[in-house]
Amino acid sequence: MASTDYRKREESITISSEPSGEGETHELLTLNIGPHHPATHGVLRLLATLEGEIVRDIKPIIGYVHTGIEKTAEDKAYWKAIPVMERMDYLAYYFNAMAFCGAVETLLGAEVPPRAQYLRVIHLELNRIMSHLVWLGTSALDIGAMSMFWYCFRERETILDLFEYSSGQRMHTRYIQVGGVFADIPRGFEAKLRRFIAEMPGRADQYADLLEKNQIVVQRLRGTGVVDHQTLLELGVTGPLLRAAGNPWDLRKAHPYSSYDHFDFKIPIGTVGDNYDRFRVRHAELYESVKIIEQALDGLPEGPYITTDRKVALPPRHELATSMEALIHHFKLVTEGFRVPPGECYYPIEGPRGEYGCFVRADGSAKPARVHMRDPSFVNLQALAPMVRDGYIADLIATLAMLDPILGGIDR
Amino acid sequence: MPDATELELTAQELHGADGAAILDTEFHRGRAVLIAHRDHIRPVLEHLHRKGYRFLASLHGVDYYPEEPRLGVLYEMLDMERVDRISVKVRLHTEDPRIVSVVDLFPTANVQEREVYDMFGVVFEGHPDLRRILMPEDYEGHPQRRDFPVGGEPILFTYNEAQNYGQWQ
Repeated sequence: MASTDYRKREESITISSEPSGEGETHELLTLNIGPHHPATHGVLRLLATLEGEIVRDIKPIIGYVHTGIEKTAEDKAYWKAIPVMERMDYLAYYFNAMAFCGAVETLLGAEVPPRAQYLRVIHLELNRIMSHLVWLGTSALDIGAMSMFWYCFRERETILDLFEYSSGQRMHTRYIQVGGVFADIPRGFEAKLRRFIAEMPGRADQYADLLEKNQIVVQRLRGTGVVDHQTLLELGVTGPLLRAAGNPWDLRKAHPYSSYDHFDFKIPIGTVGDNYDRFRVRHAELYESVKIIEQALDGLPEGPYITTDRKVALPPRHELATSMEALIHHFKLVTEGFRVPPGECYYPIEGPRGEYGCFVRADGSAKPARVHMRDPSFVNLQALAPMVRDGYIADLIATLAMLDPILGGIDR
Repeated sequence: MPDATELELTAQELHGADGAAILDTEFHRGRAVLIAHRDHIRPVLEHLHRKGYRFLASLHGVDYYPEEPRLGVLYEMLDMERVDRISVKVRLHTEDPRIVSVVDLFPTANVQEREVYDMFGVVFEGHPDLRRILMPEDYEGHPQRRDFPVGGEPILFTYNEAQNYGQWQ
């Protein structure tokens, strides 16, 4: 591990007055952090065992925002379950909806038209940028950079405005539907989006200027929270955390879904696997997402934005006045919903925090018999203990910020 | 995903090792599932681990009510080199919902087994720390089971706080 000058100087300080190592004089302090603490990024409680300022062990305690979404979804028709699914990981609502709809589409054998796939990609990547901006802003805040928060939330506002423009909602948009998307993009959306993607790389450069040349940030992040990629794999860690350790695993490349194979983009990876690499990987992903959006917008195919299968998607409004069949389909879908043939499906996608895998079991009725979301935050949180063990408690805060856990996704 | 033929071959390999390890296979919409016997789950997973499925992507529970055996534990295995997924399913009776823990083989299973225990009441034998994870520690019942009612719990207000199951004295 490359040690910075600051760390070397720090190591040379003798702390003989403090107890060290396992022995008679040795005293461990158990410190409770959270559940309500601004640095825990949600309602996360940590039981830290400290020896002086060194973290010897840590136990995350979760469940404070458990809302039983998986149980709730069992009681709703498939398309009415989408809004509750979106509320799991509240920063990645498009991804939750995409994983769920993808699983249901697989079970139905429904075709998604190319335009819908491209519109999905545009919104998924916008969501990824949005999620990374919230992470960057709040993490920078945790290590003392106040202004980053405002800059990141400024760009996030622009993205939320775009979401509002295409779906009517800023958060939890329910834009992705089974068989396609809720509506075609409105007139003027493309111009607004082009303005945003032209602006975003420059803004990301500014973040880098503010943070990368900031000695406090670099010293807090470099060389802290190092875990090698083999341990991360055993702990089931995916997403930017795994890529920061040098493993280029990304489902968008490895197992493309929703026509991700049409786009040319790179997978940023780190080398050391410390907090600095985690920051750099996510920061580099901002540029790659912009590139994907640009290509998807340029190559946006013409055609329907949702499947024309009337058994799955609502008929267009104007048909209701003239077609009896459309009226029947509309009535059946709105009252009962569509039925899904019995079967099970696990549909994994690459979200901003790793693999979002939605398991759906259909029993032939109009309601799912079981819905489970493999949420990356839930699994990744296990890597916190090996990351922070035998480090300073101050590094714990930085490591937790770079882990980017979303408690809504952890507790579901 | 392995195709149907490869799934059968894998099942045969496992069958060869031990006569009763694989009870059945399912192939539906490109998803390959091995249905393993409860007592042989570890050898089956160890075999798949040797075969290259080293990443346990997800471990979750299902309640197949009213079918018997009711409970199911699913292991979503992933081979990152061949980009291949295979699922292993174990069915358990509610009277005896015990299964061997795989935490030492896949450390990622730790919190996920705890969640299945919490939500379905499946006891993972050999788990280092099998406690409830999402529900309160003194909670009774396993809420993801299909016969567990939705909204069966009174909403807490000050007037009925004393009847709270988790009321601390």
